[in-house]
Amino acid sequence: MSEGIGARVLRKEDKRFITGDGKYTDDVTNHGQCYAAFVRSPHAHANIKSIDKSAAEAIVGVEGVFDGHQLTGDGIGNIICGWAVNSKDGSPMNMGAWSALATNTVRYAGDAVAVVIADSPANAKTAAEAVVVDYEVLSSVTDAGKSLEAGVEQIHPEAPNNLIFDWEIGEQAATEEAIAGAAHVTEMKVINNRVSPNPMEPRSAVATFDASEDHYTLYTTSQNPHVARLVLSAFYQVAPEHKLRVIAPDVGGGFGAKIYIYPEEIVCLWASMKTKRSVKWTSDRTEAFLTDAHGRDHITTAKMGFDKNNKIVGFQVDTIANLGAYMSLFSSATPTYLYATLLSGQYNIANVHGNVRAVYTNTTPVDAYRGAGRPEAAFLVERMLTTAAGELGVDPAELRRANFITEFPHQTPVIMAYDSGDFNANMDAAMKASDYAGFEARRSEAASRGKMRGIGISCYIEACGIAPSAAVGSLGAGVGLWESAEVRVNPVGTVEILTGSHSHGQGHETTFAQLINDRFGLPADNVQVVHGDTDKVQFGMGTYGSRSGAVGMSAIVKALDKVEAKAKKIAAHLLEADEGDIVIENGEVKVAGTDKTLGWHEVCLGAYTAHNLPEGMEPGLKEGAFYDPANFTFPAGCYICEVEVDPETGTTDIVQFVASDDFGTIINPMIVEGQVHGGIAQGVGQALLEQAVYDDNGQLLTGSYMDYTMPRADDLPSYTVSHETTVCPGNPLGIKGCGEAGAIGSPPAVINAITDAIGNNDLSMPATPSKVWAAIQATQSKQAAE
Amino acid sequence: MTSISMVVNGRSVGGEVEDRTLLVEFIRENLRLTGTHVGCDTSQCGACVVHVDGKAVKACTTLAAQANGCEVTTIEGIAGDELHPMQQAFKDNHGLQCGFCTPGMIMAATDMVNRLGKDLDEKTIRAELEGNICRCTGYHNIVKSIQDGASKM
Repeated sequence: MSEGIGARVLRKEDKRFITGDGKYTDDVTNHGQCYAAFVRSPHAHANIKSIDKSAAEAIVGVEGVFDGHQLTGDGIGNIICGWAVNSKDGSPMNMGAWSALATNTVRYAGDAVAVVIADSPANAKTAAEAVVVDYEVLSSVTDAGKSLEAGVEQIHPEAPNNLIFDWEIGEQAATEEAIAGAAHVTEMKVINNRVSPNPMEPRSAVATFDASEDHYTLYTTSQNPHVARLVLSAFYQVAPEHKLRVIAPDVGGGFGAKIYIYPEEIVCLWASMKTKRSVKWTSDRTEAFLTDAHGRDHITTAKMGFDKNNKIVGFQVDTIANLGAYMSLFSSATPTYLYATLLSGQYNIANVHGNVRAVYTNTTPVDAYRGAGRPEAAFLVERMLTTAAGELGVDPAELRRANFITEFPHQTPVIMAYDSGDFNANMDAAMKASDYAGFEARRSEAASRGKMRGIGISCYIEACGIAPSAAVGSLGAGVGLWESAEVRVNPVGTVEILTGSHSHGQGHETTFAQLINDRFGLPADNVQVVHGDTDKVQFGMGTYGSRSGAVGMSAIVKALDKVEAKAKKIAAHLLEADEGDIVIENGEVKVAGTDKTLGWHEVCLGAYTAHNLPEGMEPGLKEGAFYDPANFTFPAGCYICEVEVDPETGTTDIVQFVASDDFGTIINPMIVEGQVHGGIAQGVGQALLEQAVYDDNGQLLTGSYMDYTMPRADDLPSYTVSHETTVCPGNPLGIKGCGEAGAIGSPPAVINAITDAIGNNDLSMPATPSKVWAAIQATQSKQAAE
Repeated sequence: MTSISMVVNGRSVGGEVEDRTLLVEFIRENLRLTGTHVGCDTSQCGACVVHVDGKAVKACTTLAAQANGCEVTTIEGIAGDELHPMQQAFKDNHGLQCGFCTPGMIMAATDMVNRLGKDLDEKTIRAELEGNICRCTGYHNIVKSIQDGASKM
């Protein structure tokens, strides 16, 4: 059976997970290890008047109790946002200070104030409760819209009126003019609800300071350990880069939440140095809800203008993005360059203008969550299209088709240049798979059972393969977003791939090995993928933005090209043949058209014995490469959701969910389908169930799985997933990326289906039974009045 | 402190633990069997499911002392020389991604078969998974895995 590109190879990494042998950060235990427990603010906004640590310090087993003044006194730097976004007037963003342990002011419920290090988790928690903090409580604000109002408490002195930036993209005057002259204008207010990423493995850190070597080791739940090391050393001054090893072992899901370097990792490293003990911290689920960066939380008003032929002539968007109490690592980029650059959707729109105001509130910091900006764009665009179709009296599928981009490359008015795609093909496939044509019969049948049946379409596009370094640098990114790889061929012919990508569920150990099989015909079992350790892999930017295929694998391909070229040179020399006649296949190195053959392992051994190499060639067979993408990639697709709503209870049952995606080249369809399934589940979760809720005092009411509704198996359907492929022209394998699509495309499909079912377009996420029931009642009352 | 003893994965174990020690803490910290995970602390997510005297329990909300004298099976204890059919089914059907919820899923699935038999339909499996949360797979392949594994148990 082939194990190359396109094969459904079962995962190499599964055995350790199904037998309980996975090694996650909390499974790491060091001799003499201590445990950290954080003292967190119970208030959304308060000044710290005093901290009394004496009772906690007196508890047996406590090694130390430390506060923010000690932390900053030791020179530990503030946490920063790594992407500078300027306001439209050219002024830099107003970033407030964020100390890993608050010094004078706390700005959200859960803000860390002090840390206790003790000999057991229980003693650490007991002592943390014994730390007495005297607060002067201030008024607070959690709603992004209210945060900008006059008279609201100022959260950071650096950000007057709680405004971080007022940014724009596209041409405002031209867009306004186009909409003013439109035959029809659709106007909407769209809220994208705040959600919590909730990887099942809570964040964890194990920090060890080796005093004799002046060296730190950090095990942590990271999607990007090298970025963590860079930021911890260069910006937070916790340890010099060459004296800090960061290991992200098995990581139990990320979804964006594990990109960032959080206060707890900084504090554990620093506390390990202070106490000369290994320090472990593992979040409990409530801490995860309080401190893992949340996602989404946009308030948007928008206008879309159509000409008399139903062509979109202009799209005007005004968004307020809630960034929470502090600016997390990529928080500025998510509602700007990852959001407003996708406002053209799959459509040929001459004029698009987006304005985004990012604001502080007294809530958990908000940053990239699966999709990051692109779900917000897709939800807005696709709700607008379906709403407009209703107003114009045309089929929502036909309105989309009438406006699809059909020629590539296509330059949108909002930076992005789409390189490839076939949006009609995706829509055709989804309509066929969902029997779109037969829907009205199903609606009638459902009505006979007392159910309201509806169908909803969503045609998403996203920008992945993040990202061309020079391009993102010009837009304010503090780092380049290339990837690196090293291919080490051993003397016996087995292969190690060292990659800067990080797998936390994506199956890289399998898919990356498939590249070797495809190239040399070696069995996947002869390949080891090494990742997640800064001592082993030279550097890497990590895994997020669906970049491991398009960027990470491209780096591997570049390194493989070099390995192949050298192996061919050696083989040509040994076989006394022309280098151009050498072919490598099925683990053999041959001279084409002859019976002259060497085993792959013989060539590899030859490279290392170096007894008979071409004149001047260095021994060994090991090559590295850095790959910097030339463009973003543009996965796109069409999702169709069909629901039945019970008018008596407002309960929504998803009866069919069809996804047709274009991900470019697919390495392992089994894994890609799994990514789509999981993404759809998260999108359905956002659409039907999930919301981080704060009360008027800034208390997070959804702080456990008793309160925050995670999608469970009986909330979800089975999915019908298929692919229509246009190869990405921008990278050597033609990959577009698949990690986020499901979460991007599904929320508008679900809401469009429910609004179709109930005949009321005024419905926000999450569409809980009570909201849906109220919307049905509102429609019925209105109809009764008419 | 409480003195406890139990049989875990066929091996007699015991020790002195604080009264407040949870079964999952005893399994993970004292026995160093780290396949049993803690995902939520409130009996919701099921990453901590083990079998106590043949029945699935959530080890994050069970005191170690409550399992005194019991037979406990964790994910590390279900395979012989070969993988357990349910483990194999999760691999064969791509029923896992990050793997964190997987041990609890497999332990809940084998309990499901013990209680309801080998012939499980999708609706039953989805309903029975009420106490197990996965954030990666969207459950599609977990349902397939359990159906497949059940038929082979």
